[in-house]
Amino acid sequence: MDWQDTGTVLIARRHGETSAIVEVFTRAHGRHAGVVRGATSRKTAPSLQPGSHVAVSWRARLEDHLGSYSLEPIKSRAAAVMSGRLELAALNAITALLLFTLPEREPHPRLYGRSETLLDMLGETEAWPLAYLHWELALLDEMGFGLDLSVCAVTGAREGLGYVSPKSGRAVSEAGAGEWKDRLLPLPACLLNPADAAAADIALGLRTTGHFLANWLAPALGDRPLPPARRRFADLFARQS
Amino acid sequence: MPDAPKEIETLIEMMARLPGLGPRSARRAVLHLIKKRGLLMQPLAQAMQAVAETARECLNCGNISTADICPICESEKRRNSEICVVEDVADLWAMERSGVFKGRYHVLGGTLSALDAVGPEDLRIPKLIDRVEAETVTEVILALNATIDGQTTAHYIADQLEARVRVTSLAQGVPVGGELDYLDDGTITAALKARKSL
Repeated sequence: MDWQDTGTVLIARRHGETSAIVEVFTRAHGRHAGVVRGATSRKTAPSLQPGSHVAVSWRARLEDHLGSYSLEPIKSRAAAVMSGRLELAALNAITALLLFTLPEREPHPRLYGRSETLLDMLGETEAWPLAYLHWELALLDEMGFGLDLSVCAVTGAREGLGYVSPKSGRAVSEAGAGEWKDRLLPLPACLLNPADAAAADIALGLRTTGHFLANWLAPALGDRPLPPARRRFADLFARQS
Repeated sequence: MPDAPKEIETLIEMMARLPGLGPRSARRAVLHLIKKRGLLMQPLAQAMQAVAETARECLNCGNISTADICPICESEKRRNSEICVVEDVADLWAMERSGVFKGRYHVLGGTLSALDAVGPEDLRIPKLIDRVEAETVTEVILALNATIDGQTTAHYIADQLEARVRVTSLAQGVPVGGELDYLDDGTITAALKARKSL
C-alpha cells in the first residue's frame, strides 16, 4: 500500500530515539498518522513543526497498519508566526481543533482547503482573525453542526438579525429576541458577512462559535473538553481587541 | 537462549536502555567494561552509586546538583540581575559551555504543549515568577527552543512577566558557519525578520 499527497502537520510525537509518529491533515486522506524515521535530524525536524505544509508519501504492508511517512517540506509556517503572540496562539488553536475534531482517515477536502488558506494568512495579512472566525463556522458545518444564520427563528425576518439561539444555533432578530435577549448569544455583523470587521466584533463572534464548539461539537466527540489552545487564543484575542 | 550468564545479560539489558545504545552496542560496551574491570568498571560503578545517592534538583533553579542549592545559584560571582530561562538541564549545560552568560538560570522542565495538554502548572513557571519578585532581577532572558512549543512558552512567560521586568529572547537566524544555500526556508524567514543595521 502506498500513496502520495500534500498536507499540514498537526503533531509529531517522539517515538524511540530518532523517530516520530506524525499526524498530517492531508487533502485526499484526511487526518492520517505515520512513522517518520530520523525525525530528530537537523534536516527533518523543522518540517515536523505543527502547521508545516508538506508533501507526504505513505507506505505500509496493509492498509490498516500505521505505516511510515517520508516527508518533503513545501512551506514552513512556524517562522512566520513565531514572533507574533496572537498568530502563534491561532496556529496552536487551529492545529489543536483539527486534531480534536477530525476523524482518522476520513477526507475533508473543503475544510482542508480553508485550513490551508487560513494558515497561509497567519502573519502575512491583517485579515486573518476574521478568516479564523469563519474557519470555525466552517469547522462546525463540516462536522455536522452548522449554524443557520440566514433567517430569524422567531419572526422569519432576514433583516435586523442580532442574536443566535444557544439551543438551536439559529439566528434571532432584535424584534424576535424580546425579553430573552440576555440569554442569547451575540451575532455580530462579521459572522453574517465576511467583510472588514472590528476586533471587538470578532471577539464576540468567537464567543458564539466557542459556545457551539464546547456545547455541541465536544459532547458529540466523547464529551472531552475543548483543547486549552482554543481558550488561550480566544482569551488573548479578547484582551488585545 | 542468552549467550552470557544471567547477571551479565541483565547488565546488557540495562545498558541497552540508555540513549544511543542498542542491544549490540550494549553488549560491546559490557564486554569492554568486563575486560577493563579494575580500570573502568569498578570506578564507573562507584561513580554511578555516588550520583544515584546524591543527585537532585536544585531547589532554586531546577538545575541538577548534588546539594539542595546548585553551585551556580550559590556562586557570588554570578549576576543576580539576570535570569536565563531554559527548557531543561541539557540546555543549561549548552549555555554554560559557551561561557558567555554570567547570570543565573531557571530550568522550566519542559514546554507548554497545547496538543499534549502540558499547562503552566505542570512547569516551574510559578517558581520563576516568585524568583523575579523575590530577587533583584532586572532582565529575564528566554533561551527556549525555536519550535512552536518553545515559542508558545516564551510568549506565555513574557505575558506573565513583562509588567514586572524586562523580558528578552535569544535571536533566531543564520548559525555561525552556516551557508544560506543549505538553510531551510523557516530559518531564512526568521533571519530576515530579525535583520539589523550594520
